[in-house]
Amino acid sequence: MGSKEKMKAIVWMILPLVGVLIAAPAVLAKEPYKIGGLFSVTGPTSFLGDPEKKSLEMAIEEINAQGGIDGHMLEAVIRDTEGIPDKTVLGANELISNEKVLAIIGPSLTQTTLSIVPLAEKEKVPLISCAAGIEITEPVKPWVFKTAQSDVLAVSTIYEYMKKQNIKKVGILTVENSFGESGKKQLSTQAAKFGIEVVQAESFGGKDTDMTAQLTKIRSAQPDAIICWGTNPGPAVVARNIQQMSIKVPLYQSHGVASPKFIELAGDASEGILLPSGKILVSEQLADKDPQKAVLKKYIEDYEKKFKVPVSGFGGYAYDAMHLLAKAMKGTEGDREKIRAALEKIQGHVGISGTFNFSATEHNGLGADAFVMLQIKDGKWKLLGQDK
Amino acid sequence: MQELLQYFFSGITSGAVYAVIALGFTMLFNSTGLINFAQGEFVMLGALSLITLWRDFKLPLPLAFCLAVVGVAMVGILLERLAIRSVRKPHPIVLVIITVGASILLRGVAMLHWGKDAYSVRSFSRHPPIEIAGATLLPQSLWILAIVLLIVAGLQFFYRRTLTGKAMQACSINRKAASLLGIGSESMVLLAFGVSAAMGAVGGVLIAPITMSGYDMGTLLGLKGFCAAMLGGLGSSWGAVVGGLLLGILESLGVGFFSSSLKDAIAFLLLLLILYVRPSGLLGVKAVHRF
Repeated sequence: MGSKEKMKAIVWMILPLVGVLIAAPAVLAKEPYKIGGLFSVTGPTSFLGDPEKKSLEMAIEEINAQGGIDGHMLEAVIRDTEGIPDKTVLGANELISNEKVLAIIGPSLTQTTLSIVPLAEKEKVPLISCAAGIEITEPVKPWVFKTAQSDVLAVSTIYEYMKKQNIKKVGILTVENSFGESGKKQLSTQAAKFGIEVVQAESFGGKDTDMTAQLTKIRSAQPDAIICWGTNPGPAVVARNIQQMSIKVPLYQSHGVASPKFIELAGDASEGILLPSGKILVSEQLADKDPQKAVLKKYIEDYEKKFKVPVSGFGGYAYDAMHLLAKAMKGTEGDREKIRAALEKIQGHVGISGTFNFSATEHNGLGADAFVMLQIKDGKWKLLGQDK
Repeated sequence: MQELLQYFFSGITSGAVYAVIALGFTMLFNSTGLINFAQGEFVMLGALSLITLWRDFKLPLPLAFCLAVVGVAMVGILLERLAIRSVRKPHPIVLVIITVGASILLRGVAMLHWGKDAYSVRSFSRHPPIEIAGATLLPQSLWILAIVLLIVAGLQFFYRRTLTGKAMQACSINRKAASLLGIGSESMVLLAFGVSAAMGAVGGVLIAPITMSGYDMGTLLGLKGFCAAMLGGLGSSWGAVVGGLLLGILESLGVGFFSSSLKDAIAFLLLLLILYVRPSGLLGVKAVHRF
């Protein structure tokens, strides 16, 4: 073999090596961490699932832009539940068995979450739900967490405020679905603790066109205030009926209507209505010392810039879930048990829905500061009880 | 006393709505012997069209009203022409099932066009609610009642005094005999579908200001309207009015004296009772054997 041939052989041997070296960052980079997302992206509850999906994608982009977690990039695998429990179970099975995700964020609803809780427990996959129902984390299940505020907090925020207003007797009007039932239960059980009495409890169907009969009954019980618990459009009809019947006592609504749509539906009947809400609706009115103010500002600006749609009050649940998960995943090398244990240790995480303090016995982690009281004034939200 | 009056007024408000929908059922039944389960969807289309035309396109109210009603009538005519007439064996049960299918289709199309959100509009006249002895009555309910009475009077006139009206009734009593007498039964059925769809749309236009309108509002309203028509006696225009008001008032009293969670149950229980005692409905004398 001549020296020329030798050289050629050496070059041929070196070339692939050079190729490997050039491609090295890609080859040497660690395998991405897969995160499962289960949201009702379509269907009647898409108003929850769609912003949640967008927020999860946004949070993952943020984390990857900062170099991922311990060098692992994150990858979202999202399945649409359509708000149906059967589809949620199918989606969760696929995420766990085929995609081998490290953790699941979602689903968007209490009922879809409950449908996959047994699966998450059995397969030992951390599940961070975006639904509100208290039964998700109470009693505490080792592998199940949630980021949305519970009804319990919404009710105590209202009653706390009423106590200051010296309101003693309330009439409640709740919608006939799981949201309304849960609200009714909380309103009735917590009342005594705040020295409040529920003098009349009525309900309405989600598609009823007129609630004046129920309101007549409530009015005759002479309450100091009326609390309506439902999601659009029922509560807007209630607000209108109260205006038409010129009932003078204040009307409180639930966080279920904390969206601009409610003001649009109720029109001038929305004037003066009080309701609890996450801080996202009034982020600009928050005091500068509020630790959530900066987080909310960044989230809202980024979201509106990226998706060109107004921010929703619900996407934050998935955003919080992803950032909490990212914190917990650091240094675990993708070990699910370690992630779970780390989640339970997170303290003082300032998110969109409030400040999270998890522990072995607290898997929602939000405190009373997760809700603020708002009043609708001139078709705008006004923050109550905070000094600027 | 004040409460009782208020329950009564609340009942009139929802009852007038049921009555106007029941009239649509009755009209079509009288002319063709058919029950159209897409009637509730015509109501929904009327309400949503009004919202688009009046609130979004800012057309004057009378024009928006007419356009919405005519538009929905066209949908009714299309339904008859495309789905009803083309059936090879027009057995009543087949036709009824077709209308159920049509209602699902219309609901789906409306969802695509208007989305899943609910909409609201202000009432026709800006009068404050009327207060009588401490109970309040909405001016919009009076609007509805007045138009319901107008429709009933119009229908009576149509059936008794016009040739077309008489021909239409003849068709429903015996189609073959009517066509032997030179009545074009197909065009009569077409007309009946158009008019009953228009009446559904009128109902929708009237109730849009008192409640929230969305693509899924038609199902429950259609069902309540159907009950009102049954209660009053299918085929009787006055029966539709009486049945609608009675259903509304019963519901409202049910809330007042029992419980709001039993509201629908009480109304339907009474419906069953009345139908058991008087199968032809309160004011129905003939009709039932025809279906």
